[in-house]
Amino acid sequence: MADTTLAFAHGDADPLRLAGESVVAHDGPAPKRIVTGYGFWIFLLSDIVMFSCFFASYAVLVGQTAGGPRGSQLFDLKNVAVETGCLLLSSFTCGLASIAAGVRSQRWFQAAMAVTCVLGLAFLALEGREFSGLVARGAGPTRSAFLSSFFALVGCHGIHVSAGILWLLTMMAQVFAKGFRADVLRRLLCFALFWHALDIIWVALFSVVYLLGSAV
Amino acid sequence: MFGKLSWAAIPFDQPIPLVTGAVVVLALLAILAWVVIAGHLPYLWREWITSVDHKKIGIMYTLLAMVMLLRGFSDAIMMRSQQAIAFHSQGYLPPEHYNQIFSAHGTIMIFFVAMPFVIGLMNLVVPLQLGVRDVAFPTLNSVGFWLTATGALLVNVSLVVGEFARTGWLPYPPLSELTYSPGVGVDYYLWSLEISGVGTLVAGINLVTTVLKLHTRGMTYMRMPMFCWTTLASSLTIVAAFPILTATLAMLILDRYFGFHFFTNEAGGNVMMFMNLIWAWGHPEVYILVLPAFGIFSEVVSTFSGKPLFGYRSMVLATMAICIISFTVWLHHFFTMGAGPDVNAIFGIASMIIAVPTGVKIYNWLFTMYGGRVRFATPMIWSIGFMVTFIIGGLTGVLVAVPPADFLLHNSLFQVAHFHNVIIGGVLFGAFAGYTYWFPKAFGFRLHEGLGKFAFWFWLVGFYVAFMPLYAVGFLGMTRRMQHYDVAEWRPWLIVAGGGAVLILIGIIFQIMQLVVSIRHREELRDRTGDPWDGRSLEWATASPPPAFNFAIMPDVSGGDAYWAMKQRARQQGLPYNEPTYRDVEMPRNSPTGFMSAFFATVMGFALIWHIWWMVAAGFVGAFATFVAFAWRDHDEYVIPAAEVARIDRANLQQRRAALSLAGSL
Amino acid sequence: MSDQVQEMNNHLDVAPGDEDEARVGPRLLGYVVGLGLAILLTATSFFVAGTDLVWQPSIPVAIIVLAIAQMGVHLVFFLHITTGPDNTNNVLALGFGLLIVFLVIGGSLWIMANLNHNMLPMDQLMQMQR
Repeated sequence: MADTTLAFAHGDADPLRLAGESVVAHDGPAPKRIVTGYGFWIFLLSDIVMFSCFFASYAVLVGQTAGGPRGSQLFDLKNVAVETGCLLLSSFTCGLASIAAGVRSQRWFQAAMAVTCVLGLAFLALEGREFSGLVARGAGPTRSAFLSSFFALVGCHGIHVSAGILWLLTMMAQVFAKGFRADVLRRLLCFALFWHALDIIWVALFSVVYLLGSAV
Repeated sequence: MFGKLSWAAIPFDQPIPLVTGAVVVLALLAILAWVVIAGHLPYLWREWITSVDHKKIGIMYTLLAMVMLLRGFSDAIMMRSQQAIAFHSQGYLPPEHYNQIFSAHGTIMIFFVAMPFVIGLMNLVVPLQLGVRDVAFPTLNSVGFWLTATGALLVNVSLVVGEFARTGWLPYPPLSELTYSPGVGVDYYLWSLEISGVGTLVAGINLVTTVLKLHTRGMTYMRMPMFCWTTLASSLTIVAAFPILTATLAMLILDRYFGFHFFTNEAGGNVMMFMNLIWAWGHPEVYILVLPAFGIFSEVVSTFSGKPLFGYRSMVLATMAICIISFTVWLHHFFTMGAGPDVNAIFGIASMIIAVPTGVKIYNWLFTMYGGRVRFATPMIWSIGFMVTFIIGGLTGVLVAVPPADFLLHNSLFQVAHFHNVIIGGVLFGAFAGYTYWFPKAFGFRLHEGLGKFAFWFWLVGFYVAFMPLYAVGFLGMTRRMQHYDVAEWRPWLIVAGGGAVLILIGIIFQIMQLVVSIRHREELRDRTGDPWDGRSLEWATASPPPAFNFAIMPDVSGGDAYWAMKQRARQQGLPYNEPTYRDVEMPRNSPTGFMSAFFATVMGFALIWHIWWMVAAGFVGAFATFVAFAWRDHDEYVIPAAEVARIDRANLQQRRAALSLAGSL
Repeated sequence: MSDQVQEMNNHLDVAPGDEDEARVGPRLLGYVVGLGLAILLTATSFFVAGTDLVWQPSIPVAIIVLAIAQMGVHLVFFLHITTGPDNTNNVLALGFGLLIVFLVIGGSLWIMANLNHNMLPMDQLMQMQR
């Protein structure tokens, strides 16, 4: 008598077709693009939870100005509006880059990514200027708990944008060197998810920190 | 040039860490020398260090956990012996040293024993149970392991270079702020956990994606083994909770390094917010640890009762309920911190509610055993030991979930006894059950049963002798972390507890003996069929150890307990064996990315601790370069040709058939 | 021929961030509409924050609602998250993440407010130390 256990284990659930034609309930492992995209999506969720901790700290400490300046005395909404515009447009151009990758156009892809990069750098420059201005006025992160939580929250977002720029430049180089290979395309999918997520977080940031903060 | 680092960092004036450190460093150098001289380094580099195989990574995680268990346990022995003798006396451990010991004990046991142990077992087993070839992100898996090892390394380096934190395993401010902890101890803690936290997060992402997206054909979610469900729940909890730890420790780092005011006493900082945030991580953390243990028990109990798991659906519901509810109870760790009765009551009720799904699970295991033919192999007795011990621990948990009771028992030894009761009885017993259950699958030979049973009994009795007195002495008013005491009433209990620690030590010695003896006698203990326990899930359909590709052809599944169904059909129908059509198999290529990124992380971590800024920059550049190098490779997979797959598979089948006919079971 | 290649074809899920649409025109339109809506919502937010024309106590609520709406616009038009069956896993994961975010932020705010209410103000405590 032969060992038929492994016959079944070897992909034939029904070697003599005793069960008739059965519907395959599940197709097997998902394709790589879905697996990679989903895994990165889960990572993004973890990043959002991390941001929520900084948001929670900010909300708890927003009133702790230790006799120092409040948000309404410090925030320049015009600057914030320009920053918002830069980031939002960069999200749009990132979408254009995704479309360009979809039609495999090297030229349009590099152009769209370059514009995205410039807009992202503009955002960082404006934010850097805002931070150094605050520090120069004696409203740096060591002044009070409110300012600590402000700098940490907005700064965390800024660090993510900086990392995103590094990644963006790497992707431009990758596509230039290797073309639109399947693994490069998967990484582009992840990059696009990251860049759009950063804009979503910025929406929460400018609304809660700057707009609500300036009304106080 | 070297920041705060100087020769004064080495504890020349403290004999105990100096001698211990010297012994450990010499032993490590000796082992390294032997490995290099005997020519094992190329093999180790090729087969283990750069491996992206989930089985090897799982084994390395588990090995890390067991080695760190020895370190954490030596801290425990030191604490128990100090408390046994320090009545109206300073004992042999001065307070500054004792404080580092209990801090290191907790940190090591939670982060570098319990977490790697369960993550290792999940890594080893889950792809096999799902019928697939590897986890979703094999190279990332390697990165996660090596980053965890980096964290463990940094904590151990603190023994010899500098000092460790004296704040307990969770560094409450203001004690952990720079003003009151100006040394490097808290920094060692912070950077070690930030780095290994990334590793853990990566493991969590990997396992969630694997369980949700990588199944063999026919395996729907409701046909997955229970261990895969608990892996999913635990990994989702990792993904949701570890960012909280990362953020909170980052805030403390900002306070210490840049003078921020998150948790300081001045300038508006809020000390209590640290406790709030850290426990929002800390409570889900214990469920991250215990859920995989529950999964292990589901597997072991059903296999050794010869019955399918009772109430599979309710188990799934209970598991996912625990996952969600675990995020709604965290305030019970600081009932006494001044919240009003309404807040305390809500969280107290939630803490009691979470005991219900756990109770459901216990009843399901009992009903699985009922009417079955129970075999009392070592994994099964660990499970039964767990059931009794965990229930007691859970009961004391429900007791302290009542805020008025907790006001008396918070920070007493009652609390210490409670959490050791559930962590040792739940997580550690589960890990040991899993270790003995899956050891033959990982290495191809079983562990010696007799020595395993001795180890279990010494652990079980030792645990009760060590921790039941702590409940008593907690009721008598003794607080935790005491370096010496003057209350005569407590003394006999603490001496008994010390004796219990010795019994556990004997249990550990038996486990070491078991491993040594089993390796020596591995031919007699060899598992030639791949199915030493008459198992029910797909990992037992492979050879022991499985080939790199796990399954020559990924199996088709048509119900739960997939492998059992296959065996039943084979036994009943006795069909002739038709060889399948072997195909080429693509496997991920090994990569040094994990090891190299962890190397640079170690450099960065050490440099950040000692304020050596140029080294931080160098480490960062190195880490980024490693990732770019990885991203630039053109061949990320290699092909195992069909002929080779066929050769390996036929050899395994041959061995299995021979063993089965010898046993007369064909 | 590797067995993993077999699995490529009829799959029920879509990766997050991917859309089923392949033609450039509709894809471009999607991004343009998303951008337009986002600009509208952003401008409205800034306007509401600075104006006297709106009943003052409603301003925080309005800003939050507009923010949530804009995050939704981003999710739909830029991240292509839909409620179709091929997106179920993606939506469930997002839902889980949002639940945790609300528990952490909401729970922390509730707890800390409660603690602060019961605690002496920090400067009074510090004065007692001296």
